[in-house]
Amino acid sequence: MDAVLENLPTFLRGFGVTIALLGIAGAGALVIGTLVAAMRISPVGSLRGFAVVYTEILRNTPLTLVLFFCAFILPYLGVRIDFFVLAAIGLTAYTSPFVAEAVRSGVNGVPVGQAEAARSIGLGFGQTLGLVVMPQAIRMVIPPLINVLIALTKNTSVAGAFFVKELFASAQDVINVRGDQVFAILMAVAVFYLVITVTLGRIAAVVEKRVAVLR
Amino acid sequence: MTNVLYDTPGPRARRLSRIASIVGVVVIAIGLVALIAALAAPRITAAGAELPGVFDPSRWDILGDRAVWRRIGAGLLNTLQMAGAGAVGAVVLGILLSFLRTARSPWIRYPVVVVLEFLRGMPVLLMMLFTLLIFSTGAYWAGVTGLVLYNGAIIGEALRAGIASLPRGQREAGLAIGLGPVRTRLLIEFPQAFRQMLPIIIAQLVVLLKDTSLAYAIGYNELLRTTTNQMVNYYGSRYLFTLFFVTFAIYLTMNLLLSWIARVVARRTDAGRIPKGSTPFSRRAEKRAAARRERALDRAGLEAGGGADA
Repeated sequence: MDAVLENLPTFLRGFGVTIALLGIAGAGALVIGTLVAAMRISPVGSLRGFAVVYTEILRNTPLTLVLFFCAFILPYLGVRIDFFVLAAIGLTAYTSPFVAEAVRSGVNGVPVGQAEAARSIGLGFGQTLGLVVMPQAIRMVIPPLINVLIALTKNTSVAGAFFVKELFASAQDVINVRGDQVFAILMAVAVFYLVITVTLGRIAAVVEKRVAVLR
Repeated sequence: MTNVLYDTPGPRARRLSRIASIVGVVVIAIGLVALIAALAAPRITAAGAELPGVFDPSRWDILGDRAVWRRIGAGLLNTLQMAGAGAVGAVVLGILLSFLRTARSPWIRYPVVVVLEFLRGMPVLLMMLFTLLIFSTGAYWAGVTGLVLYNGAIIGEALRAGIASLPRGQREAGLAIGLGPVRTRLLIEFPQAFRQMLPIIIAQLVVLLKDTSLAYAIGYNELLRTTTNQMVNYYGSRYLFTLFFVTFAIYLTMNLLLSWIARVVARRTDAGRIPKGSTPFSRRAEKRAAARRERALDRAGLEAGGGADA
């Protein structure tokens, strides 16, 4: 236990980096994912095709490969950026198709009749979208989006294997010094991760109950 | 096609979307050409030496070598071996957990809830490292254990959701004809739940296959480590991009294939559920069953499409 307490600053620094990765990659993935989802539902064929290819490629590539690409291949090709930024880019790219799929299924989950009713009483495209479809879609999208963020939290640990000193990597550092207390150290790290994932899970459950659309 | 956002387009909207589509194709093509040109251009290193572009034949010539493919094959085999062992273990553990999670005694049920919650909130990589360091199992078994624990928990939740979504009459009928609670669960409820959840389980196996690459971080010689570490050391860093590209292509092919199988199975189970000569009444019953299934999955925090848990 003392190995954990002694190295608490190291853990907290790592925890901070994990939170930063989660925040940056989460925000980036929300923006890009929403754009891709908009392309995927748009009536423009070429954008739809692009969105499908983007989603399928990134969803079917292991995260390790994406981060390897960012940490090794990009510098190899002459890109000179900090490893933290590279990892954030990789996590953003990897998470965005999952966001896109969540958003798309949310919008498509609104019954067609809702939009038809809106159009038939004379609302334009913007009004239909802003007043009728989106308010319902957003409610349905939030719980799956939080699930994506929970997955992202766990995925940040992979960045630890690619030169980013986040929680997982700082655990390995501490273990290298205090090999006698591996169990306590790993349990402490587990608790740090659970703090984020369980909290997000509870939020998802509460939000789901609050905003549920009764049909 | 009408969707929520757009009505079936008229002639003017069709023309407009066709123009937008062409503009889109042009923009995407320009982007791709720029990317390929950037990759193909020779680079000057910090030391002043000139390196050939990525598409230069001197970077791809090793792909004609038999020995190279044999090494790649060995790495792929290691990956598949881990995925296979992980898949079998995860399905077995999932079945076990789903039974324990639906046990009647709260003394069994609640501890299992806590364990499931713990396993699902934990990075797979951390579980692998834990097994590696605490039980000194070696990288292979550490990787397999991490995969089994995590994916077993997910599959367990899916199966539980499947059991919960069955109409109550199924269980009551089993009990009424004198099967005990255990045999009712095994013979009546579980087979139906398993068949319903099969697409989700297969989608989860795609996640599992992707996650085998995490064993890269604990030093297991799976596909990625074989190609980009061992082989690059042996053949030279000139081939890093080439070997990475081959690895990427192999993973993409395998996962797209598995995803496709999951979709086919999903369609088949859907088709099987609505027989051809069905009456409006039975179709409505089917719809209700599908809705029940989705609600049960929602409560479990799983996606009907599967693989939501990146």
